[in-house]
Amino acid sequence: MKKLDQKTKIILSVALVVVAILGLSYLDANRSDYSYALSILERSAIYAVVAVAMNLLTGFTGLFSLGQAGFMAIGAYTVAILTIPVESRAAVYYINGIADGLANAYLPLWAALILAGIFAAFMGLLIGYPVLRLKSDYLAIATLGFSEIIRAFIAAPQLDRITNGSYGLKSIPGFPSTFMVFGVSALCILLMVMILRSSYGRAFKAIREDETAAEAMGINLSKHKQMAFVISCFFTGVSGGMLAVYMRSIDSKSFQIGLTFDILLIVVLGGIGSVTGSVFGAFLMTAGREWLRFFDNPLVVGGFSVPLFRSGFRMVIFSLILMAVVLYYRKGLMGTREFSWDGIYNFLRKHLYLRWRKPSGEEVKRDV
Amino acid sequence: MAINTLLQHGLTGISLGGAYALIAIGYTMVYGILRLINFAHGDIFMMAGYFMIFAIASFPWYVAVPIVLIATILLGVLIERVAYKPLRSAPRMSIMISAIGVSYLLQNLATYLFTALPRGYPSIPFLKKIFQIGELSASLVTIITPVLTLVLVYLLILLINHSKIGMAMRAVSKDFETSQLMGIKINQVISVTFVVGSLLAAIGSILYFTDRMTVFPFSGMLPGLKCFVAAVLGGIGSIPGAVIGGFILGLGETALVAMGYSTFSDAFTFAILIVMLLFRPTGLFGEKVTDKV
Repeated sequence: MKKLDQKTKIILSVALVVVAILGLSYLDANRSDYSYALSILERSAIYAVVAVAMNLLTGFTGLFSLGQAGFMAIGAYTVAILTIPVESRAAVYYINGIADGLANAYLPLWAALILAGIFAAFMGLLIGYPVLRLKSDYLAIATLGFSEIIRAFIAAPQLDRITNGSYGLKSIPGFPSTFMVFGVSALCILLMVMILRSSYGRAFKAIREDETAAEAMGINLSKHKQMAFVISCFFTGVSGGMLAVYMRSIDSKSFQIGLTFDILLIVVLGGIGSVTGSVFGAFLMTAGREWLRFFDNPLVVGGFSVPLFRSGFRMVIFSLILMAVVLYYRKGLMGTREFSWDGIYNFLRKHLYLRWRKPSGEEVKRDV
Repeated sequence: MAINTLLQHGLTGISLGGAYALIAIGYTMVYGILRLINFAHGDIFMMAGYFMIFAIASFPWYVAVPIVLIATILLGVLIERVAYKPLRSAPRMSIMISAIGVSYLLQNLATYLFTALPRGYPSIPFLKKIFQIGELSASLVTIITPVLTLVLVYLLILLINHSKIGMAMRAVSKDFETSQLMGIKINQVISVTFVVGSLLAAIGSILYFTDRMTVFPFSGMLPGLKCFVAAVLGGIGSIPGAVIGGFILGLGETALVAMGYSTFSDAFTFAILIVMLLFRPTGLFGEKVTDKV
């Protein structure tokens, strides 16, 4: 294992960020040609936030929670209610009217996103207190239950004047610029990485490895579990808010259990316990669905139409690939490792070694 | 509320509860033996609905029903072999994720094969016959469901308490590793568990969908989760518990719908779950488990 020096790494990282920004500006400048690609990238970035938030809980603290969809719903509705322009609210709530206190409550997007996180975190605090006493699969099923309860409340006719019940919320203004999606996502992920690297993060990992031993070392179990849960809920709420802005119109059906399962599969694909893995997983999974789109179109080979290729086939292939990952490649893409320049450097050295070396001595013999 | 309306709703609730109970048994048995929440069970139940649609298209109902039962059993056992068996020594979370993956696969497969649009469920004429008792009216299926449920549960309990394979199942659910050391063929026991679970899910699906009349790829998801809740409510691993849990949920849900809170009927199920997990995590009839450190 050879290491690169610090300076090279910083240069490489800055170069990567610059390339990403330039690439995005190029796509953004030619928006009319690349709007499809951009929308896929935006969705991936939003999913990356929730996937890292889920990983913080599942992969780093060892708490298996399946409540993501519910917390995303809280965030999404908070942002939607507060950012729909005041003048178009009458049109959105045309059936039941809007609650009096909310009619003129308006916040700029960034403030609404923070508030979305705070609401979701507050809900997480309330729910976490009783639920975090449960273990493994009971915790999973209880949080899943909570997310369904939240969804039921959102759709309930009794809250029509706040959430617009089953009609959903429309005309949410989109992002002012593409960079905001990526900027906010990157900021959220960066904050989570910083938390994971702090002493709290190390305490989370200790709890994951062995609760009893962690407690013996003086880690307050319930406090740290609660903290991990609330932090995860906060970022899940923020990403839910971004999803609402991305989708422009939401209803309670957008936040079904299927959404949680999508996020879970991203985390599994990327590697449970790897932040960069979750980010890669989010991009791969969202883009993968689009790449596989040719399976949905009829395929004609030499005048003969292959019978399997029709609408829906892509998702079958996609789920088969996921099953293969779950069964035979359980670590996912990254396992618990993280992306690092050293890793890339060593990977390249290992695989391109012979071509890099000047022909001399032993290597040449092996080559011949 | 008039007494008649009350009875009418009670009948609907018991019938729904019966179908829930049959599915809940599948969850409770698999959890008892593998410690796995079989998320795919609800989708097996959904697939059974589709099998019925296709079987009845070419056969009379008395041939179609056995075909559906056999096809569902094959599906259940196949899933166990392919998706759960390779993970037997893996951490519990991996098997659970695999179950979620299977559920995802089955839903996508059903969407691909049968499209996402709801399909009409065939009605077996004699099940739909309307009965009139006093002022109450009910189709035969409403009355058959709870009766059939109780009969099947009785048979199942006989099987578990008085047969060799039943004894093996009880042993495995008590202690997986020791029973293996005692010479019990674990894979055989697990297969039988899945056979029984899928069979009951298939019967439950016929009874449930005859009342609902349509099947779509996601129609197994929520009933599946609710039946898992029923199993937890009764005490996971206990068969009578699952049955009682099923009836409680069926009745409670029908009561909420009757009172006009139909949007909360799903939430009610999960609220029960959470209250139960907090105050009595072992359920109504579950055994006390001590955590080994």
